[in-house]
Amino acid sequence: MNRFGRLTTSRFGKLTAGKYDLLITGVGGQGNILASDIAGEVALAAGYDVKKTDTLGMAQRGGSVISHVRIANQVFSPLIKDGEVDILLAFEKLEGVRWTGSLKPGAIVIMNNYAQPPLSVSLGVDRYPTDKEVQNILKQRTDRIYMVAGTPGVTKLGNVRTLNIFMLGCLSRFLPFKIEAWKHSILEHLPERLHKINTDAFELGRKEIKNVHVG
Amino acid sequence: MNKLLSGNEALALGAYHAGVRVATAYPGTPSTEILEAIAQYQDVYAEWSTNEKVAMEVGLGACYTGVRTMVSMKHVGLNVAADPFLAAATTGISGGLVIISADDPSIHSSQGEQDNRHYAKLAKVSILEPIDSQSAYDMMALAFEISEKFDTPVILRTTTRISHSKSMVNITGERHAPTKKLSFPRNVQKYVMLPVNARIRRPYIEERLVKLAEFAETFPFNTIEPGGKQLGIIASGIGYQYARDAFPKASFLKLGMTYPLPEKLLHEFASQVKQILVVEELDPFLEEHIKAMGIKVTGKEFIPRIGELNVDIVSAAGQKMGVIKEKATLAQIKITSELPRRPPLLCPGCPHSSMFYVLASIGQRLKLPGTKEKESKESPLTITGDIGCYTLATYPPLNAMDTTACMGASIGQAIGMEKAGLQTKIVAVIGDSTFLHSGITPLVDAVYNQSKITVIILDNGTTAMTGHQEHPGTGISAQGKQVGQVVLEDLIRGMGIKNVKVVNAFNIKDLRAAVRDSLDKPELSVIINRGPCAVRTPRGSDSRAIDTERCNQCGICLLVGCPAIQSEGKQPFIDPLMCMGEKCTICQQICPKQAIKPSSQLKTGVEK
Repeated sequence: MNRFGRLTTSRFGKLTAGKYDLLITGVGGQGNILASDIAGEVALAAGYDVKKTDTLGMAQRGGSVISHVRIANQVFSPLIKDGEVDILLAFEKLEGVRWTGSLKPGAIVIMNNYAQPPLSVSLGVDRYPTDKEVQNILKQRTDRIYMVAGTPGVTKLGNVRTLNIFMLGCLSRFLPFKIEAWKHSILEHLPERLHKINTDAFELGRKEIKNVHVG
Repeated sequence: MNKLLSGNEALALGAYHAGVRVATAYPGTPSTEILEAIAQYQDVYAEWSTNEKVAMEVGLGACYTGVRTMVSMKHVGLNVAADPFLAAATTGISGGLVIISADDPSIHSSQGEQDNRHYAKLAKVSILEPIDSQSAYDMMALAFEISEKFDTPVILRTTTRISHSKSMVNITGERHAPTKKLSFPRNVQKYVMLPVNARIRRPYIEERLVKLAEFAETFPFNTIEPGGKQLGIIASGIGYQYARDAFPKASFLKLGMTYPLPEKLLHEFASQVKQILVVEELDPFLEEHIKAMGIKVTGKEFIPRIGELNVDIVSAAGQKMGVIKEKATLAQIKITSELPRRPPLLCPGCPHSSMFYVLASIGQRLKLPGTKEKESKESPLTITGDIGCYTLATYPPLNAMDTTACMGASIGQAIGMEKAGLQTKIVAVIGDSTFLHSGITPLVDAVYNQSKITVIILDNGTTAMTGHQEHPGTGISAQGKQVGQVVLEDLIRGMGIKNVKVVNAFNIKDLRAAVRDSLDKPELSVIINRGPCAVRTPRGSDSRAIDTERCNQCGICLLVGCPAIQSEGKQPFIDPLMCMGEKCTICQQICPKQAIKPSSQLKTGVEK
């Protein structure tokens, strides 16, 4: 137990509480809904009760997309209560920092170090927050911030659309589910020609968490 | 077998196992996936109907022959289908008829918020509300049984949070054999609603409602879950889940059938607890009915009637009511400057963008970035709009839509403005699927009443916003078969409209000429702006790039509102991973300095 309550983790340790409330956020088109489906299925296969829900408004693409994944012995509400998010998996910086208020104190933040400025920023109406501002906001709730180089990593692999699987690789480090279960669920959702590159993206994500500096 | 299913997937599977033979729908968030899921079964006939009214009528005809039928739509779809729906309530059915109404509290993707439980009261039929995917799956079989037992259509109401949440379903059933022989014995008193026959049906409807209320007393999804005696919660739908989290010690009366209500069961529950809170999203539907039974409850005094609920809102209501203790709240997050919002946008390579750019420029609506807000000047062009992705053109920088009310309203509204005497040029903008849904009849009105408006049909060959469903204009069925195709220009010319132009959405010059021609001629005209939806188009190979030596940073390219065109400081650049390349080239065509080029050409240029 740490001073914040139920959750404890070691440096690479897994969460050991009875519940895992995950918030997966990004920009429409980044694939975070599939990622949340997979996380939910893996938890279900491990014997947990699972509820997941997405909020995406009217956009096919380009708007904010938020997925709640709730994992516990019994789950009622599919939406996570404010201040109860155990892990924030952010595919884009602005879409991550936006949800700081939902985090439980001491929550784990895994953030793709990538900015996709909204149109209002390109038009010069709004300003994208600086990296320092992002850190300052997040640190009001937690010091466990993992900034991961997802977009450059998967671009190098040759398919930027594997970012969601890379992020799941990062996430898998913190959840008590078998690697095989993750891979099984990932491959089930993808055509065979994409199996190799997504397996690589998953492994790359797992490796990235080992290398990344915390905080 | 346990599976993680969305509410919509669970409903479709439940209907399949209940033996559904015919399923109809018009796409609409959050209901769309129900028909998509059931269309995968080849022993079900599934169709995208032209609109919800047609879906209801096809469903009505199908169920008259004795087959189990499901009709699904979003909340406002039931407004469109209200006429045949009320007729169905009068004639009754033969094979079971279940109508799914997917409501959208919080207006995630709709033009308004409404509580469709009122339709059950209006039509005097039963309405069921699942609380998760498991109950959605299980309720489907019962919904068909109720329909057949009481000769009534049954509404199964979900909300966005039920339809689009995934939860575990223990799949137990197998596909049910047909309950009735397929036949249609002539029965004029039941099926021909001449006043004389409708008057005969009328008392039956009242008797049916009494019988349904009796049935509700033992309906297996109306259950008491005993807990503490201090507080009793009456809840339905997703509100039940939030209340379970917020009030772990309370007793619960969970209502799976929310009309008609089980009066005895409600009295019994009321006698077991000290005070009762009704937790329901939107209107005080349960609360008002329960109060009318003389049972003391509270509800909307503490629970908001607008928008979705969640555990925080329901807990706050409990605190205000004094039934749960206030919890220490976390400190507010301090931010130095407001984080920019990210509203949805038209995609890179969207075939609608170019037309809106042309309309915005003719209508003098474009505003260069960085320039100050001018006094609002009336545009020389009024643009009535409709429902689809293209409604997003309302946002800056395009600012190219002035009205959006409901499906198909753009054309009628334009006629109305013209007839009222508005002096600006009036353009109605409507998508292909929306036009077929309910734009045809107002266009007939325009012909008949000699309107001189310009109608622009944005034809991207799909129902894009709801996730690319087929429609009569595509000639492909919900089950992927080649079927009949309605050719828009043939249909429109057939109405007697002479000035009909089909333009390539990616040719700005042609678009401008076509719009100019239509606006200049004092006659009714239709422009079909044709180009495939960008989401369904493979990205072009040669993304566009900005030659910074030629670029004078005027910012005009940013006015298309293309998400691929971004800017750092004053210098715009194009994200090569987002640009559609040679498939679009809109920005290239509008750049006054010819600074936007294929990146292949630019690279060689730079190297030299």
